[in-house]
Amino acid sequence: MAGPMKMRATLAGGHTDVRVLMTHPMATEQQTKGQPHFIQNLTVKVNGKTVVEGEISQAVSRNPVFSFRLKGGAKGDKIEVSWLDNKGDTNKTESAVA
Amino acid sequence: MMKRAWACAAALVFAPALAQQSPYADYQRMAAESAPIELFELGGEELWKKPQGPKNVSLEKCDLGQGPGVLKGAYAGLPRYFADADRVMDLETRLLYCMTTLQGRGREETTKRVFGNADQPSEMELLSMFVAGRSHGMPLRPGREHAKEKASYALGQKLYFHRAGPWDFSCASCHGEEGKRIRMSELPVLYKPQYARPLMSTWPAYRVSTSSVVTLQWRMNDCYRQMRMPEPVFASDATVALIHFMTVTAEGVPYRGPAIKR
Repeated sequence: MAGPMKMRATLAGGHTDVRVLMTHPMATEQQTKGQPHFIQNLTVKVNGKTVVEGEISQAVSRNPVFSFRLKGGAKGDKIEVSWLDNKGDTNKTESAVA
Repeated sequence: MMKRAWACAAALVFAPALAQQSPYADYQRMAAESAPIELFELGGEELWKKPQGPKNVSLEKCDLGQGPGVLKGAYAGLPRYFADADRVMDLETRLLYCMTTLQGRGREETTKRVFGNADQPSEMELLSMFVAGRSHGMPLRPGREHAKEKASYALGQKLYFHRAGPWDFSCASCHGEEGKRIRMSELPVLYKPQYARPLMSTWPAYRVSTSSVVTLQWRMNDCYRQMRMPEPVFASDATVALIHFMTVTAEGVPYRGPAIKR
């Protein structure tokens, strides 16, 4: 079950700052004695076009926060951030650049 | 070699000025930048609006002191006296009151799990984050005019200095002298406004080391545990009085929370 996500995307002097919060246990191999549960892939899309594809490891903390600085951008651009974890769970959030 | 290490440690303990120049403030700032506080506020908002209990109603009509359903500034006005309950209440006590009256839930069910953990924060913790967040930037103005508010403050002050238990500890045993700390955590002297203000304006909070939400009722409970005293009753007159005493001491400071803790 995927918990809430929250995102803010703001335009600032020729670039777009994206800050996104996600609920996830990010449990490591060691903590769970071999049953890790963590986000593996992170995707950022602008108006449907993929701009960031990230691979995340167990070393990222619980309920992670990520920030991205994207070149350019305009007010109203649709930013979508999604994640996929090692158990196949996924979640996404979308918001317009302000 | 050992001797020198000991001398170093001693120098640190007896030099409070050093603690102030510590990188701890930097660490706190960096942790705050990446704290998922808003996620818990969202979780609390969901619970606030969720119909529950035998009456199947939400908490949206709960009067937190500014009128039924008014959230803005409500936390900054607590603890205060409530005529309907005829006692002084802090946020969690008032939420409990609304759960038992508005929603018709039993005290046993609602207080069964008031302190949660990283995997599942408690209902009380999420609601506290949500309600407190609606007072961000507003000065703390706890009630202090009513006779029961004065009595609560006096009781809190007395409890703060009251030594008891197997170790003969009081709150002031740790929080009574300037310049003390446990490892990197400075121990604020909470009966003095200059120390109470920065602290009381940050609760409830997200605790980075445990990835969980902590509330003032939890803080009172855990301090009593650390003092090896019997466990205080959640939302009792004693825990409310201590919170009231410290909040009045911090009066006027703009609320900066929900914040982060080590």
